[in-house]
Amino acid sequence: MKVLVAVKRVIDANIKVRVRQDGSGVETANVKMAMNPFCEIAVEQAVRLAEAGTADEVVLVSAGPQQAQETLRTGLAMGADRAIHIVTDQPLEPLAVAKLLRAVVEREQPGLVLLGKQAIDDDCNQTGQMLAALLGWAQGTFASKIAIEGETASVTREVDGGLETVALKMPAVVTVDLRLNEPRYASLPNIMKAKKKAIDPLTADELGVDIAPRLQVLRVEEPPGREAGIKVETAAELVDKLVNEAGVI
Amino acid sequence: MAVLVVAEHGGHALAPATLSTISCAAELREAGAGDVTVLVAGADCRGAAEEAATIDGVAKVLLADDGIYENPSAEALAALVQPLASQYGHILYPASTFGKNAAPRLSALIDSQQISDIQAVVDADTFVRPIYAGNALATVKSSDAVKVITVRGTAFEKAAPGGGAAPIEDLAAAGDDGLSKFVGAELSSSERPELTSARVVISGGRGMQSGDNFALLEEIADRLGAAVGASRAAVDSGFVPNDFQVGQTGKIVAPELYIAVGISGAIQHLAGMKDSKVIVAINKDEEAPIFQVADYGIVGDLFQILPELKAALDARKKG
Repeated sequence: MKVLVAVKRVIDANIKVRVRQDGSGVETANVKMAMNPFCEIAVEQAVRLAEAGTADEVVLVSAGPQQAQETLRTGLAMGADRAIHIVTDQPLEPLAVAKLLRAVVEREQPGLVLLGKQAIDDDCNQTGQMLAALLGWAQGTFASKIAIEGETASVTREVDGGLETVALKMPAVVTVDLRLNEPRYASLPNIMKAKKKAIDPLTADELGVDIAPRLQVLRVEEPPGREAGIKVETAAELVDKLVNEAGVI
Repeated sequence: MAVLVVAEHGGHALAPATLSTISCAAELREAGAGDVTVLVAGADCRGAAEEAATIDGVAKVLLADDGIYENPSAEALAALVQPLASQYGHILYPASTFGKNAAPRLSALIDSQQISDIQAVVDADTFVRPIYAGNALATVKSSDAVKVITVRGTAFEKAAPGGGAAPIEDLAAAGDDGLSKFVGAELSSSERPELTSARVVISGGRGMQSGDNFALLEEIADRLGAAVGASRAAVDSGFVPNDFQVGQTGKIVAPELYIAVGISGAIQHLAGMKDSKVIVAINKDEEAPIFQVADYGIVGDLFQILPELKAALDARKKG
C-alpha cells in the first residue's frame, strides 16, 4: 500500500507571531519556519507503517512557495521515500489545497492519505475532511490510534467526551491528533540521504485546479490584551479576593 | 434565504455548544440572513428537537430520527444536509469535535470555503475568527453563496429554551454509504460539569508531576463545582486523557473563573483560556508567562498551596 502524507510549512510553533502594523496579516519575513507539528505526526505514522511492512511507499506532498522544499526535506529525512511539491506563491485556502490533493491522489492512487488535524497558522481544521469529501472516501479525524486490517482502517478518534472508534472502508483519509505518536528526530545520515531523494515539482495549472481564494481577509489585528493582575501571598488571601473583589465564588 | 443550524445533541437535549450556535444564528438573522432552522439528526432524538422548537427565534426544526444517525458519521450527515444546502445562505455547526468533523465535509461537497471557529458576526458575509492560536484576529469576508461556518461556543451566549413553539418537520433519512462504521466509544464519565460549559475550571500542567496528583485538583473542583482541565504538557506526559486538554489544539474554555496550577502558560495553552473572566495562576516560577494574563497569582509550591486553598475554601463555608 502506498501512503500519501500532506505536509504544511508554517511559522515555527515556538515563535510568538507579530501582527503587521498595517493590519494586512502577521509578519512572516525573517521568521523561523518549520513543519506544522501535526504534519510531523502524520509523517511519523506513515514511516512507522512502512517499517511495519503495512506501507510499501511513503510519498509526501506540500503546496506552497519554493521554501516548502525544506519542509519536504525534513519529512524525507524522517524516512519518507519521495516528495511532490506543488509550487505556488499564492496564499492557499483549505478547499483549494483539498482540490490540489485530490488531483495528486488521482495520479498517485494511494491506499491511505494522512494529514495533520489542523495547521497551527490558520487553525482551520478542514483540509483532510474536505479531501475525503471530494474523493468520496471515508474520513477518520483526530486519530490517536490507527490499525490497518485488510480493507478496513480502525481509527480511534479524540472527541470532546473521550474516545470514539470507527471502522473505515479503505482507501481512506485520516487526520492525526497529538497522542498518536511522538515524531522522531532525523539522524544526520538520514538527513544526508534525504538530500538525494526526489522532489517532483508540479503546478496548480498542471493539475487543472483553480486555487483562487474565496475569502477576502479585510484585516488582521491583535486581540485585546490582558493585563497582569496582582500577586497574593496566601491561599486564604486568594479566596478572600475571589469572594469579595472578583465575586466569582 | 435562511440560516440552518446543524445541532449536536444528546438525544433528549441540545448540547450547550448548539445553544451558542443558535445565538450566533439569531445574530445572523438580525443581520438580514433570514429565518433560523435547526436540524436535529439522531436516533430517538425527538426530545432535542422539542427543546430546539421552544427557543425564541427558531422558526423551524427539522427532525431526521433514524437509526443510521445514532452516532452520526460526517459522511452520513453530509449526505443528509447536502440536498438541502441551496435553500440556505448560512449553514452553522458548533466548533466542537462534532462540528469540526462534519462541517468541512459538507463544505467541500457544495464547493464552499468554510469559515472556522468564528467568534463574532460583523455582517451577513463578514466574520471575525482567531488565527495563530488566537494571537491574531482575522476579519474575513466570504463570497460563497452558501457559507459553511463553525461557531466558537464561548463567544456567544447560550440561547435559552423558552416559550417558543416552532413547527417540527420530519426529514427522511438520506441513507448511508457504509464508508464509516461506528464501533464504540470510551467516554469519560464524570460527575463534574462539562469542561467547555463549566462556570469554574481548574487545570493542571506539567508541574502536577503525575496523574495521581490531579486528585489535589479534584478536591478543589469538588468544592467549587468546577470542571478539571489540563495543559497539553500534562496530556503529553500521560497524566490525564486528551479530552482534558485546554488550548489551541484542545478545548476552548471561557469560564467565570479559571485556575491554572503548575501551568507555565505556553502560547497554545493561553489560546484556550485567555477569554476567561477571572484567571488565577499558581506556579513556583514567578517568571512564568501565565502570570502575565492572571488576575491573581500565587508564587509558590503547588503541593503546599493546594491543601491550603482547600482549607481556606472549607473555612469560608463554615464561616
